[in-house]
Parts: sequence; C-alpha cells; structure tokens
Amino acid sequence: MTNAIELQDVHKSFGTTKIIHGVSLGIRAGERHAIIGPNGAGKSTLFNLISGRYELSAGRILLHGGDITNLRPYEINRKGLSRSFQVTNIFHNMSVFENIRCGVLWTAGHRYSFWHRVGALKDVQRRAEEVMERIGLAKRRNVPAGTLTYAEQRALEIGITIAGGASVILLDEPTAGMSRTETGHVVELVRTITEGKTLVMVEHDMGVVFDLADRISVLVYGEVLATGTPEEIRANPAVQEAYLGALHKETAHA
Amino acid sequence: MRFTPLNLGRWILWSATALVFIAAPLVFTSGFSLTMMTQMGTLIIFALSYNMLLGQGGMLSFGHAVYSGLGAYVVVHTLNLMGKGSVVFPVVLLPLVGGLAGLVFGVLFGYVTTRRAGTTFALISLGVGEMVFACVLMFPGFFGGEAGVSTNRVVGKPFFGLTFGPALQVYYLVAVWCFLSMVAMFALTQTPLGRMANAVRDNPERAEFVGYNTQRVRFLQLVLSSFFAGVSGALSCINFEIVSAENVSAIRSGGVLLATYIGGVPFFFGPVVGSIVFVFFIVALSGFTKAWLLYLGLFFVLIVLYAPGGLASLVLMQFPLIRAGRWRELLLPYALAGLAGLVALAGVIGLVEMVYRLSEPGASTVLSVLGVSFDARTAPPWFAFAAVLAAGLIALRITTRRVGERWGAIQADLLAKAAG
Repeated sequence: MTNAIELQDVHKSFGTTKIIHGVSLGIRAGERHAIIGPNGAGKSTLFNLISGRYELSAGRILLHGGDITNLRPYEINRKGLSRSFQVTNIFHNMSVFENIRCGVLWTAGHRYSFWHRVGALKDVQRRAEEVMERIGLAKRRNVPAGTLTYAEQRALEIGITIAGGASVILLDEPTAGMSRTETGHVVELVRTITEGKTLVMVEHDMGVVFDLADRISVLVYGEVLATGTPEEIRANPAVQEAYLGALHKETAHA
Repeated sequence: MRFTPLNLGRWILWSATALVFIAAPLVFTSGFSLTMMTQMGTLIIFALSYNMLLGQGGMLSFGHAVYSGLGAYVVVHTLNLMGKGSVVFPVVLLPLVGGLAGLVFGVLFGYVTTRRAGTTFALISLGVGEMVFACVLMFPGFFGGEAGVSTNRVVGKPFFGLTFGPALQVYYLVAVWCFLSMVAMFALTQTPLGRMANAVRDNPERAEFVGYNTQRVRFLQLVLSSFFAGVSGALSCINFEIVSAENVSAIRSGGVLLATYIGGVPFFFGPVVGSIVFVFFIVALSGFTKAWLLYLGLFFVLIVLYAPGGLASLVLMQFPLIRAGRWRELLLPYALAGLAGLVALAGVIGLVEMVYRLSEPGASTVLSVLGVSFDARTAPPWFAFAAVLAAGLIALRITTRRVGERWGAIQADLLAKAAG
C-alpha cells in the first residue's frame, strides 16, 4: 500500500541556515500522525514544504504516490491535501458561512464560474451548513469572522480546512493557546472530522498527541529522530534524552 | 435550511432604481440636466466596473480608462463605417461592441497587470495606462491625434422610430444600458468568482490553500470589469460623438478613482452615489467657478480622512438608528454640525475665489456676496473670510464632538440591548 504522504530526503535552507536536513518520512493512508519536537525543530517548516508554501531546497514529496514537489499551494490542495495554520488565517471581513463556503467551492466543482448564483448552489449550501454544524459554529453563521472569539476562530480555521473534503489533512497546532476544556473539545472535533482520513498534526500538548496519534514522529534540529507508536516513542531512550525527558523535568519543576 | 429574507427588499430597491431612471428626465426637464444625467449614467457604469477591481478584488488601478477609452475608439470607428454604409449594425447594440473591445484589451493587458497584486499591480496599471496614452498620440491614423476622431451617431434606419439624434433618446439609451450593467455587475458579485474575488482581496494566501489560483481570480475579475468599462466608453462616444486621447488618459483613470472612492468602495451602490456627485461637481460647479477642481480635490481629501467608507457609509451608518427609532436624538447635533460646516465652507469659498480672481489676468477683482461688494486687492475681505473660516472650524470641532458623543451613547445603548 502506498503512503498518503512520502517525504524523500527533504532539505530546506533559508540562505545559509539549514532548517530541514534530510527528512525521509512515510505517512500511512488513514493514520493519525503527530509531529512533535522542541521549538525551532522545523515542524512548521515541514508543513509549509508539504503544502507548497515554501519551495524545497532538495528532495521529493509524494502525495498518494504522485509527485507534488514544488507545486503551487492550490495545485496541491486540488490533489486532496488541505492544511490549517498555526496563526489563524481566515477571511476576516466575511461571515462564518462565507468562510466555510470559500473552502467548499473549488472541490464542489464550481471553480471560477461567473454564470452560477452561489445562493442557488444547493450542494455548496448543504456542505457549508454541515461543516458549520460539525465545528459548532452553526449559530454564528452570519457573524463576521473577525469578530469571533479566539477559540471560535480556531474552530473556523479547522472548518475551512476540512470544508473541501480533502483526504489528507494537515493541522498546525490546533489547540495552541486554548484552555483545558477548549482543548478537550478540539480533540474530539479532530477525532471525528478525520475519521477515514489521513491526519498529520503538529502539536505541543503531549496529552493531545498521545491521545489522538496512531504514530508519532519526533523532529529535532531538522531531522527525524524517531518514528513509532506512542508506546514506542515513550519508551525510546533517545527521545527521552532529547525531548520528553527535558519536558518532564520542566513540568516537574513547574 | 434557512433562506435569506433580503430578496423582497432587493426587488423593491431595483424597481425603485428603474423608476428613477425612467422618471428623472420628466422631473429634470432642462437640456442642461439631461446632459448631466446622461453623463452620470455613463460614469455609473464606469465607476461600478472600476469598483469590481478596487472594492471587490482589492486591486487599485491607475489605468482603468484604457479599457473604456479603447472601447470608445473601436466604437467611433464602427459608427463611422456605419455612416459610410460599409457596415450595418444597430446603434442600440453598439455598447456591446465597446464592451467586447474592452474585454479583448482586458485579456491583453490584464494578463500582464494581474500577475501581481497590491502596489505592484497599481504601478503596472499606471505604466500600461501611460503606454497606451503614448501609443494613441503616436498613431494619429487610427486615433486622430490630439483632436481625436469625431463621428455622427445618427446613422442607419431608425430603431422603432428612435434615431438617437435628440438628447432625450440618448439619455434613455444610456439609462437602459446603465440599468442592465448595474444588474449584471451586481449579479456577478453573487457568483463563485465574485465571492472568491472578495476572498482573494481579504486573504490571498488562504485562498490559495482552498484551491484557488489568486492570479487567475484577479485576471478574470479584471477581464469582466473591462467589458463594462468598454460599455461605458461606447456610451460616452455615442453621447459626445468624439473620442480623443483624453478618453484613455491618466486624468480619466484618476477621475473614476475619485468618483468611486467618494461614493464608497466597500458598498456595491457606493460608486453610483459617487458618480452622481462627481458629475455634479464637474458639470454644474465648473459653470459657476474656475476653482471647481480645487473644491473636488478638497472634498476628496475630506472623504479619505473622515469617511473612508465614502458617502454610502455615511448614509448606511444611519440605518441602525432609524431601525431602532433613535434617529430623532441626532437631528439637532447633525443640524448644528451641518451649520458649522456651512460657515467653514463659506470661509473657504471666499478665500479661494479671491485667490482665483487675483491670479487670473484681466479678471475683475471686485466680488459681491449678499449684495455687499468688495475688492480682493484690499485687506479687509481677507481678514473677514479668514475669521469666518476660523469660526466655522472651531464650531465644527465642538459640534462634531457632540455628534460623536451622542452617537457613541446610542450605539452603546443598542449594543447593551442586543446583548441583554
């Protein structure tokens, strides 16, 4: 079975600074895969490379076996990969409903049409309502996205990402800056929306990671230190040394 | 499933608009107002097409006259061929020819200009505008040089008895096309492309990550916009029976920017309001004073500074108050602020007119206001108008603060009510 995402010896440097050096990683179709690692390890950069935001310095990336190396973001999105952002990246002046609808239009096949009335596109309407229901923003339908609360904006961020029905979802720190209860809601949300899909997520909250992930990759200084099931990662001495141990000490002191 | 209840309101609004178009020449019957209204209709199409770029697509263009102007040139030559009898085509459909010409040039130039957004787009559009203007002067064979190409709009067989010779018939030709264009451009805002143009304006990066090529969105939006610019160019050609380099000039491009901005970029109907005010400034005011351009500039600056949403935003701001039945509380503060504004305006006008009289060789320096004559070469009127201006500004400051306080209080009230 081909991997959903396959990274082959991926390198990325900004000028002379090497951020990612030689990452090879296979994300299996249908798994929930978490990428963890200390700050500055290159997790977000890796996301930006996979989703087409940055160009690779070297290496190859495959999506469902097809080469997507250095394609434009919209081309990668059309092949069925959708991502969210760590810093909320929504359409602030548009309503919640319109935000979601923007995520639906392309995959629903309406492309650049200027001969259809959006209001009359029942499939788009239905899908947008369904997504709003799922992310719990149905009641905030006509509110401008810029005036939502932080947690609501994060939910909308996820909503736009899944609206198009992509089979591979990349979530960049979906619980960043959230309270315990809010984090719990997001975990449940992520669990349901990624059912039957492939999920890759960057996450700092170890509770969330060990709760959700089928497999975990540890990224340290732009290299994959280890990949495995949560149990394997927990038991891995190198990981303990480089990352989890430090984290445990931190929390123990705090 | 919910349905948006604004359709009835929309029907009423559009029917009212159509009625205004039909009835306007019955109310304003003079030849002067007819000329003005015909120009307003033409500019409304042009400004709405401009706002497809600026308001809906976030593209600040400094060269939009290129599309209306080149459309007008194609139409003027078509009209001349029709006059010679070598082409048979109904005059009523000429705006379609202009539109298609505009569209073709939109494809041609838009391919270059829309490759980038933001400042780069603005600069390239300026460059293309200057380039086209230079070309127009360089090929007098087709473009007629500075003098331009003139024509006669009364050609061919009458269309259901209409020759389009009389100004009233031209007005109705413009009115029909203006109404159709308004409906069409509004409809375009409600399509997938129209919605994504807004998305690309607000957050181009995210638009790329939901599958949209932002460059393609901008390009298509510009091409459609240049179609309507061409329509307006054709109508101006039919109206004036002459097309010259001025039609593609930066002055025209700047003019449509002013009209659109004064009316209100964030609102679909903004440019309609802006066009009416703009033509009024140009046609009506220029008959009264040589300083009309200065007044227009001053007005534009005030709008940019104090009402960046344009005149339309000032009107729309009142709707929540009217709905809540609180508008009466603001009548007095508004009236006082308006009065203060008029005083300040009187001061400005006095000073400006005196400057113009002095700077114009051979003009009489004696002016009269309310039966009082005075000489601009003497000091007292200068002190008097400066004092009027100063008093007006101080009063304006006090009264607008009062408006702001009252406004804020009511707004807070309404918010509290909505929350509780």
